[in-house]
Amino acid sequence: MSAPLLPALLGRFRWDALPFVRAWENPNANELIAAGAGALVVAGALFMVVLITRLGRWRWLWTEWLTSLDHKKIGIMYIVIALVMLARALIEANLMRLQQAVAIGNPGLVAPEHFAELFSTHGSIMIFFMAMPFLTGLINYLVPLQIGARDVAYPLLNAIGLWLTAAGAGLMMAPLVIGRFSTGGWSGYPPFTEIGFNPGVGPDYWIWAITLGSIASTLAGINIAVTIYKMRCPGMTLMRMPLFAWTSLCTAILMIFAMPPLTVATALLALDRYLDFHFFTNALGGNMMHYANLFWMFGHPEVYIVILPAFGIYSEVVSTFSSKELYGYNSLVIATMAIAVLSFTVWLHHFFTMGQSPSLNAVFGIATMAIGVPTGVKIYNWIWTMFRGEVRFTTPMCYALAFMMTFVLGGLTGIILAFPPLDYIVHNTLFLVAHFHNMLISGTLYGLLAAYTFWFPKAFGFRLDERWGKISCACWVIGFYLAFMPLYVLGAAGMARRTPAVMETAYRPWLYAAEVGALVLFCGFVALLVQLWVSLRNRAATRVFAGDPWDGRALEWSIAAPPPEYNFARLPQVDQRHWFFDAKRKGAPYAPPARYEDIQMPKNSAVAPIIGIASTAAGFALVWHMWWLAILGVLAVVATVITRSFARDTHRLIPASAVERMERTWLDAVARARPIPREMETTPANAGLAEVHP
Amino acid sequence: MTAGETKHPGLNLGSTDAQAHEAAGSALFGFWAFLMSDAVIFALLFATYGVMLPATAGGPTPASEYKIGPTFLETLVLLTSSLTYGLASIAMKHGAAQASIQTWLGLTLALGLLFLGLELHDFAGMIAHGATPMRSGFLSAFFALVPLHGLHVLAGSLWIVVMMAQLRIIGLDARVKINLLRLGLFWHFLDIIWIAIFSTVYLPGLIP
Ligand code: HEM
Ligand SMILES: [Cu+2]
Repeated sequence: MSAPLLPALLGRFRWDALPFVRAWENPNANELIAAGAGALVVAGALFMVVLITRLGRWRWLWTEWLTSLDHKKIGIMYIVIALVMLARALIEANLMRLQQAVAIGNPGLVAPEHFAELFSTHGSIMIFFMAMPFLTGLINYLVPLQIGARDVAYPLLNAIGLWLTAAGAGLMMAPLVIGRFSTGGWSGYPPFTEIGFNPGVGPDYWIWAITLGSIASTLAGINIAVTIYKMRCPGMTLMRMPLFAWTSLCTAILMIFAMPPLTVATALLALDRYLDFHFFTNALGGNMMHYANLFWMFGHPEVYIVILPAFGIYSEVVSTFSSKELYGYNSLVIATMAIAVLSFTVWLHHFFTMGQSPSLNAVFGIATMAIGVPTGVKIYNWIWTMFRGEVRFTTPMCYALAFMMTFVLGGLTGIILAFPPLDYIVHNTLFLVAHFHNMLISGTLYGLLAAYTFWFPKAFGFRLDERWGKISCACWVIGFYLAFMPLYVLGAAGMARRTPAVMETAYRPWLYAAEVGALVLFCGFVALLVQLWVSLRNRAATRVFAGDPWDGRALEWSIAAPPPEYNFARLPQVDQRHWFFDAKRKGAPYAPPARYEDIQMPKNSAVAPIIGIASTAAGFALVWHMWWLAILGVLAVVATVITRSFARDTHRLIPASAVERMERTWLDAVARARPIPREMETTPANAGLAEVHP
Repeated sequence: MTAGETKHPGLNLGSTDAQAHEAAGSALFGFWAFLMSDAVIFALLFATYGVMLPATAGGPTPASEYKIGPTFLETLVLLTSSLTYGLASIAMKHGAAQASIQTWLGLTLALGLLFLGLELHDFAGMIAHGATPMRSGFLSAFFALVPLHGLHVLAGSLWIVVMMAQLRIIGLDARVKINLLRLGLFWHFLDIIWIAIFSTVYLPGLIP
């Protein structure tokens, strides 16, 4: 134990907060793994800095990306954050699986507290810093294009949301290098996270990372909802929007109403820990059940926040690659809305076992099963969309099919869990872990990866490699079944979740199978990286500048790939749901405007990066009790916002001549491109102009 | 669409400043969405207060701590500040001289600060005889809910100062007008929250 160093300046920092020091003093497997992870983070950061410096790209990074208010670039940056965090959380998942596979009848590789940190970071990252940024990024990128808008309603707020997410992600990475993370799981239940049980820095890292992420998502929700309500192009009534825009709207509404409970839960926990309040403590009237209520009032709608956008994605993918109109659009919209509303009425199913009355459990159990109905409706819709369609098994379509199979299975185990007497038996076992991965991996991750593959050509102008895409998809699917089906068995046999070591040797074969599955899943991620690399190398041959490689329906396919900064030279004027699809059949989908006009776009702004950096500093300082820095960080945020409110010169004009030049280049390319029949859409012949079948 | 059409709930600028009115459509709509999520935060804190009310842990109780006189005075002060803010909005809508807008804003600010002073005095009294948030779950819930409203009033006051400075430096351009409309929504929202606090925290606490 070393003494605190300069407490006035560095708060409660001590040398043994560094995993390297701990590994030096006590070189066992556990500490060496921690130090290795820390070294990996430091090396990764250094590598990036050196790389950017060597390439001389700092200025470019700052002006083209970090300060940009372009919704498309912000969307891409969100997704980059999500992919980095996905890599980390996957490595942790593999480490956990490895631990449980070796720790049968012995302590295994990592110490129990370290294992607890692993499932806490894995869960928190997957939900808050993988799924959320990924889907927020997709919505950001796609929704304005789909509703025919040039921008979102609040571009600066959008960037601030991105930077607060980045700040939260930074606070998730920091404990790998300085300090430790929470051991309280992704849900942060007291008393594990209370000061009495864990006075260290871990729960504080969790609190501030999650709080920043939650505020960022609230802002994103407001921005998305207002964009959809107020920025639709002429003629784009709500019932003419593509289904992804609809699910984005429902997601945004859920964010506006469901993130505040999380903010309240973490804020009250912070008051307990920092100022000795008694909300969730054991003594003096604290009530930890209340935390469970607050958390799951957020937690359950959150499940739908991460799943609804994927439903929208599958709708677009299935309809495009079956070359059929989405079956039952109205019922899909109603089902989406129904799910969004019902999702607020079921939170109690996360703690059936906590001792409330059986009739209350029954009410919530029935409400939970009721959600299965609109979800089932959707599955039938997608199946009917494929029926007698011209189905092509492209990578996104493979994800969609795998989803339909897998998600139904997970839904059935969900019904089991919704039944309180059965839930009593498998509560907090690996059965639950299997169930929610069954929903989240097929319902969220497959959807996100399908979207990544489907819209990548739109965003970057070239297609992704099909072969590696399919390999990756196969890994994600096979790996999932191998890794999680055994957990249903183990859970039914009574193996508790969050267990660092196992005494029952009969579990061995199942744990081995799960370990192999985790490795296959990791291969899926590696295959994604290989795919990106291969596709980048071949990009000259796979360009789709003309912009419509898959014979798309919605407006995003009616412009160049990648789209110009202003999206649409002239705001589209639609008169039906499949305006672009129909215009292609009627003959003049790309008619240029009679006259080009100047277009006003927001100027770059350093406000968001400043707020992001200041709030990272404030969060970090609060964790370590460096009060001076915390105050400074908060003041910097307030001062930046006030200063910005005085700024008036915040827009710039793209002159009509520049717009005309860019549009001409693109229209020429469209005119030159050879229309491609569907059978050849994944071949190099596809330059982004789909052949029109009447 | 004509500018006369109502685009947003709130003070209608259509006939006097079509440009600001047009932009206010989405600017105010987003602010309403923000207020809704802020309202969820308060709703949950009210619920928390309700849950924690019996958890006095043998310490101070509502009846021993709340005083009707000062809280009633605070209510009057805050409600009056909503009136003065409303007068500032009307002055802005009808293109009154800057001085009169500034006066109404200044008066609102003064009332807001007076409210904060009275409230702090109350809290200091409670803390002086041991009713601190560390004492019990009930007091924790009280000190999360009521001072959070106070913090909002503080933020609103800072916002008034910023708007007064912008009026002086920039004048009444469309953005200043829209921000005055937003600030108005915020200020009246705080009034509503206070009415809920007065009638669900203080009044029942005083009825034994
Ligand atoms: C793809 C490969 C994945 C693997 C191999 C994996 C593995 C694991 C393991 C081993 C645990 C700990 C189980 C236990 O408590 O005993 C876990 C927990 C968890 N995982 Fe995953 N996971 C994966 C993907 C995901 C995804 C995509 C999400 C969410 C989008 C997710 C969310 C969670 C959550 C929320 C927990 C609970 C953490 C806690 O107990 O607090 N995981 N996962
Ligand atoms: Cu739930």
